Amino acid sequence: MNVSSAAPVLDIANLRIAFGMRAEPVRGLSLSIHRGETHCLVGESGCGKSVSALSVMNLLAKGATRSADHIRFHQQDLLKLSEREMARLRGDKIAMIFQEPMTSLNPAYTIGSQMAEVLERHRRAPRRQALEKAADLLARVGVTAPGMRLGQYPHQLSGGLRQRVMIAMALMCDPELLIADEPTTALDVTVQAQILRLLLELQQERGLALLMITHDLGVVARMANRVSVMYAGQVVESGPVQPLFAAPSHPYTRGLLACIPVPGNGQSAAPLGSIPGTVPRLAPGFTGCGFHDRCLHATPDCTGAIPTQSPSQGHDYLCRLTPGWTKEAA
Amino acid sequence: MTIAIEVTNLHRRFEQRGRVVRAVDGVNFTVNTGEVLGIVGESGCGKSTLARLIMGLLPPSEGGVLVEGRALAGMDRRERARLIQPIFQDPFSSLNPRQRIRDIVELPLAAQGHLSASVRRARVTEILGRVGISPDMAERLPAQLSGGQRQRVAIARALVLQPRIVVCDEPTSALDVSVQAQILNLLAELRRELNLTLLFISHNLAVVEHIATNVAVMYLGRIVEQAPSAELFRAPAHPYTQALLASVLTPEPGLGIPDVGLGPTAPDPSNIPRGCRFHPRCPKAFADCAVTTPEMRGHERHGAECLLVADQPDAVKTAGQLLLG
Repeated sequence: MNVSSAAPVLDIANLRIAFGMRAEPVRGLSLSIHRGETHCLVGESGCGKSVSALSVMNLLAKGATRSADHIRFHQQDLLKLSEREMARLRGDKIAMIFQEPMTSLNPAYTIGSQMAEVLERHRRAPRRQALEKAADLLARVGVTAPGMRLGQYPHQLSGGLRQRVMIAMALMCDPELLIADEPTTALDVTVQAQILRLLLELQQERGLALLMITHDLGVVARMANRVSVMYAGQVVESGPVQPLFAAPSHPYTRGLLACIPVPGNGQSAAPLGSIPGTVPRLAPGFTGCGFHDRCLHATPDCTGAIPTQSPSQGHDYLCRLTPGWTKEAA
Repeated sequence: MTIAIEVTNLHRRFEQRGRVVRAVDGVNFTVNTGEVLGIVGESGCGKSTLARLIMGLLPPSEGGVLVEGRALAGMDRRERARLIQPIFQDPFSSLNPRQRIRDIVELPLAAQGHLSASVRRARVTEILGRVGISPDMAERLPAQLSGGQRQRVAIARALVLQPRIVVCDEPTSALDVSVQAQILNLLAELRRELNLTLLFISHNLAVVEHIATNVAVMYLGRIVEQAPSAELFRAPAHPYTQALLASVLTPEPGLGIPDVGLGPTAPDPSNIPRGCRFHPRCPKAFADCAVTTPEMRGHERHGAECLLVADQPDAVKTAGQLLLG
């Protein structure tokens, strides 16, 4: 499938999110996702991944403000929609899977009732029909005995099952865009593999556009078509998955990759790479590179304007170091 | 080589609404001094119950634990604290939010009862410095520290009594990868310096492979495979271990998501299958697996509870040869 020919399903341009004057967790995020494409947004906690996703859904907490040139879903600018119009899209054309299936399912209602509600609200479907669709989808995501599960409460299900329920619920209205915030982080590796396979299958079947937020570089490498590495509210490196993993160029991306123990290397006396310090909390008006105080290659220039470098077609990073610096440094 | 931990036929059952949950169901292993035993398995396999039994926080239903040759049951709490210490997963809930860092780390020393205030202060300062917590941070509250710093404090608290054994239950699972790397490096350094014995419980196989000398794979309350780390990761014998290893996603684009072939059934410790407890999910199961309970077989240092291991002596031999070679 040629994913880049048509207009994108989601196009975010220059998104900024601020918590008053105290902090600006997102500072000019731009990304777009086409039909049938998976875009992974990767970074450590506090880098602005989750608030970015929430802001697309207009679900930011009180006190947070968003601004952007546009957040387009197909031709429609989500910034211009009323809350009522947005509520109509949410769970229908745009669905979201949250990280914590324990807290995002209502403990007081059965799985069936929560799943059916989606279709009843958005499609005015009668309950019986909604429950049928819910059972079909549960079976589709690999839940055994779906009819029985519909009558159960969230606490009666294991973590893996709850996450499958969340996915099935997100698919009730056949969304065109699915935003998944760390959908497998709380799960065992075996269940993670099953859920990710399922997401890939659904994507191929339905041409779903998938925005996946994760800090797991293994998941990113295996799932993504495109990757955006986020740090301190900015995308510091982005590109198609192959060139980005073959030639990671931003010092932060390189640092992240050095931190993961690589399976197959065995028990080793050599320490893992690590990035000293923590993600800063930047106030509005901050200029320069957000990573400079943790960067081994920082110079006084890094507090000024930072250029964008393009080592290859579609692969960009935000740094004063020019493409090929990694070879010179080695 | 001396034996640090010896676990014999350990069982722990819980009663839940009239159902019996067999959380730990006949576990045997030994850990030598200075080794790192990694325990891996899915959630609900009994890893954390096993950790609590070994620390003496939970009495066993059957069987026992010997730590440095002595039974934990009935040991004085202060004595036990000098021998074995825990590090837990969540540094947000394992530190008292109302106490200063310095006081949190001093508490185990104070509980011993015989150390003067000046000795305690000196020890706290020393250990905090060793784990990378500065003196001004020591005066703060846990909420004023980052997750990685809090986990360093938890490590300092565990080590301040100079224990011989530390039980780490998912010590890096709540942390970002860059912080996880720092904590793993610190644990590895401290282990070498202090000749610590570590029990390292994790569901992250790459982390276990990085730090462990030996690995035990747990499934539904039993250790189904056990081997030196390098061998287990190179030549896993049990189909469950094979599935676990196949599910690890390495950061290599283009390889896709593996099909682990385990099916969607979740294991239920209150209803452990007859025969081999893994057979309903096993992609290699055959008729006998539903009837015959496999015993640990294979090589002396590399065993697996699987009927196939006996049927394929070559596979075991190969594993054994790897050990010798």
